[in-house]
Order: sequence, then structure tokens, then C-alpha cells
Amino acid sequence: MAEYTSKLEQLLEEGEFVVCSEMGPPIGADPEFIREKCDDLKGYVDAVNITDNQTAIIRMSSIAAAKIAMEEGLEMIIQVTGRDRNRIGIQSDLLGASALGLRNVLCLTGDHQCFGNDEDAKNVFDLDSVSIIKACQQMTEEGKLINGNELKTEPPELYYGGAHNPFADPFEMHMMKLEKKIEAGMKFIQTQCIYNLEKFDYWMEEVRKRGLHEKCHIMAGILPTRSVKALKMMKKFVAGMDVPDYTIERMEAADDKKAEGVQMAVDIINHVKEIEGVRGVHLMPVAWEEITPVVVEKANLYPRPEV
Amino acid sequence: MIVGKLKDVAEIKEMLPEDIESLLIIGCGTCVSVSLAGGEREANSLRDLLELYYSSQGQDVRVNATTIKRQCDDEFIETEELSIEGHDVVLSLACGVGVQHLGIKHPEKIILPGVNTTFYGRNADVGEWEEMCLGCGDCILDDFAGVCPVARCSKSLIHGPCGGSQDGKCEVDDEIDCGWELIYNRAEDTGQLDRLLEYEGPKDWSTYRDGGVRSHKNPEFFSE
Repeated sequence: MAEYTSKLEQLLEEGEFVVCSEMGPPIGADPEFIREKCDDLKGYVDAVNITDNQTAIIRMSSIAAAKIAMEEGLEMIIQVTGRDRNRIGIQSDLLGASALGLRNVLCLTGDHQCFGNDEDAKNVFDLDSVSIIKACQQMTEEGKLINGNELKTEPPELYYGGAHNPFADPFEMHMMKLEKKIEAGMKFIQTQCIYNLEKFDYWMEEVRKRGLHEKCHIMAGILPTRSVKALKMMKKFVAGMDVPDYTIERMEAADDKKAEGVQMAVDIINHVKEIEGVRGVHLMPVAWEEITPVVVEKANLYPRPEV
Repeated sequence: MIVGKLKDVAEIKEMLPEDIESLLIIGCGTCVSVSLAGGEREANSLRDLLELYYSSQGQDVRVNATTIKRQCDDEFIETEELSIEGHDVVLSLACGVGVQHLGIKHPEKIILPGVNTTFYGRNADVGEWEEMCLGCGDCILDDFAGVCPVARCSKSLIHGPCGGSQDGKCEVDDEIDCGWELIYNRAEDTGQLDRLLEYEGPKDWSTYRDGGVRSHKNPEFFSE
């Protein structure tokens, strides 16, 4: 039997349709905050991303929060961005994460600090997403640091992925970046949240043409939302989001916005599930995390497989 | 060239020591003069403003203005030596280099900065300047179709755009062009798209400030 680095890897490699979700750590140091969120998710998702100071707002560190959640029995995916740490800090954190038993990493460039409350901070961006993936690859597979030096004890055990925005233009330029990530060794992708299904279908078609779906596992990003306002905000203010007018109109027409939000997410899941090359979904209900189990059940993705 | 921006008069007033009797404003006739920040025109109008300010305060301060060709070069500042020594405080309208060079040449004189040195840039339009170079010390323009990812991408990304690039604009501000779209388009126009895939990071930053304070000597002038 093949040996897997993580449960997430095992599920993806064994062909299960994987369900991931996302958790934002607290703006504070209370571990109970994490434990309570874990209770809602247990049994409903295969792995949970824990963000790394998302939108450049200071929160409990991804690794610390993930360790707490892991002790509650969840499979965690830590997020690592290049905004706040250089190659020294990032590689050190990756070694530490593995030592703590955190085996899944999502490698990201990171939002610019102008989105948060510390616009006057100095950013780092010594490593971008491609370089972080490469660092994971070198450390885990070659036992080497970026600088070429060999690790002196066991290499970390990491299963590493990245993100991609299928809706970003120009298309070819963003595909080039995707191919660079795959070249660097990326094992899985979680996409930007999908509302525009035509565009997503087109992207997947291009992915298949290039055989990229055979080189890494693709999980489709789903963002359940319950208000017209949220949809309009995302369309207008979130960089790289593609929210078609028909989505907004559908929500406007709904009497029960929460039920419609759930149904919209379920419809998107049902659509992407049928696409060749889509290996799972990644749910990121911003400020509505408690809805994850409902969406999972309604999409007939419950119960989750045991490994 | 080095681009600068004249500081607000309020900030300048704030930094000037109280109880001075004389102030010399020195404009710089090269880069910051071209970027309309600290040349002769700005030095003279700042003099007029400060004279007015001091007289309105009932303070008797002698304010003079002069402009020299380049404040970062001994050759040009020597002519002003007497004038500098004859004033209590000097307000330099040069870039940060000029301000410090004056300080090195006049160790006991207070030299204050009147300009914010903003970046190395080009004159994009009348009265408009754009950052083009970071002075990283290891030029990689040949790998990126002649458009610098380090200076012109808000995150200095070298492997391609981030997910925040949309419609040719940067996630930081709609007024900022996505540096990667500029790179990509120019690479396409010049038939160099393949080269964009070749660059392997991470970039070596030891030639930038990260390698310590920089200086270099031309070997022609320094035999072993």
C-alpha cells in the first residue's frame, strides 16, 4: 500500500471527491474560538484550510491555530504567504509545521497589506507562491533548503498546493503562472470561488487540453453567500472575482436569501462535480462558516469517507 | 533619474529649529530640478514663503536661496561653502543623497531635507513621473522583455502575476498598471514569451540593500 503524507493526499490519490473548507483564526489568542468552530465541521469536511493573516489583517498564526484544530481531530491545511516572511522565516515555519504533524500546506503570494489595517507595514515578498511551492518540493523531496544546503535531520513531510484564479485576465498570462506552479511541484489547487460557470468550464477545458489536471488535483472554490450586498461587494471590490449579473439577480429574486445561498452553492457543486478533472470542492463561506455542514449535506457529500 | 517631491511647507516649518537667525535654502539643479521638486524655481518660491512666514510671526530670520548644479558632487558644492558656513541652518532641496553629502562636507552644520526622495523614474507626461527601477543591483530586464517585475509589480513578483491582477490593473490601486501585464504584452510583441517561463527565482537580493550598505569603486581609479 502506498504511503501517504497526509489524509488529504490519500483521499485525492485514491479518487475520492474531496471536500475542504476554510477557517479564519481569531483576532486574539483564545484557543476556544478555534475549538468551537471545529465542532461544527467535524465529520463534514475532509480537510480545513486555516488562513495566514488573510486580507492582511493580523490574526492568530495559521500554524498555531491549525495545531489546536488538529488536536480536535481535524485534518488541517496551513496557509503560507510570502507577504510577511522571507525565505528564512518561511522555511523555518514549514519545518516546524511538519514537526507538529501539520502536513498540508497551501502556498500563496498573499494579499497586499493595503487591504488590511497596517498599510504602513513593510512587505516582504521575498518568495512568491511559485518559490514557496519550490521550497516545499526541495525540502520534502530532496531534503534541501532553497540555498542548496542539506537538512541535517529528517526532511519535513509536506503535501503542498497552491491557488489559481480561473477568471483572471489575460487568460494565457495566468495560465503561464499556473504552469510554473505545476512545474515547481504543486500537488493540488484550490481555485478562486466560482460563480461564473461558463468561464470555469472554459478554464477546465484548457486545463484538460494541456493535461494539467493529470499533474495536480483541482478543487473548485465555492463561496456560499446569503445576501445581494455580499455578492455586489465581491463583484466590485474583491480583486479577481467574477460574479455574473444573473447570480445577483437570482439572489435578488429570492424570498429566503439563506436558503437560496445554500441552493446556489449546491448547484455550483453539482455542476463542477461532473466536470472531468475536478477532484473536489473547497468551501469558503466568509463570515458564514456554520453553513458548511448544511451545504455538504444538501450536496449529498455527507458522510465523508473514513480513511 | 531620481524623482522627488517637495515636502509640505507645514512639515518644513515644523522641522526648522526655533530661534534661528538665518536659513539657507539650497536647490539642486539636476534630478529633482527636472522633477519640479527642488530646483531653482522651488528654492526661490520656498524662500519667499518662509520669509513671509517669519515676518508674519515677527521673527527676524534672514532667508536666502541658492541653487547648485549637483549637491552630490564636491565639484559643485565647493562654490557655496562660504554661504553654507554663514547661515545657522541649511534646508537642502536635493534628494537624500545631496542632503547627506552636504552633511559630510559640513560636519557641524544642521542640514535639513526639504524634499521627499520618491523613486527612480521616468517623466511619463508633463508633470507626471513613474517608478521604473528599484536599484536592486542585479538588472534582470533582459529576462522580462525590458519591463522590470521588481519595480513595476507592487509585490515584486518574478514568476508571474498574482491573482489580484484584473483588466490590466493592480489589486493595490486601479491607477496602477499591472506590471505583469506590461511584461506579458511586451514579451508577446517582441516574441519573447518563452523567456518568461525560464527565469528561476527566488531573486538574489544580496546586491540590493539586503547585502548591507552598498558602495563600489571603479578599478580604473583604484589599483590593487
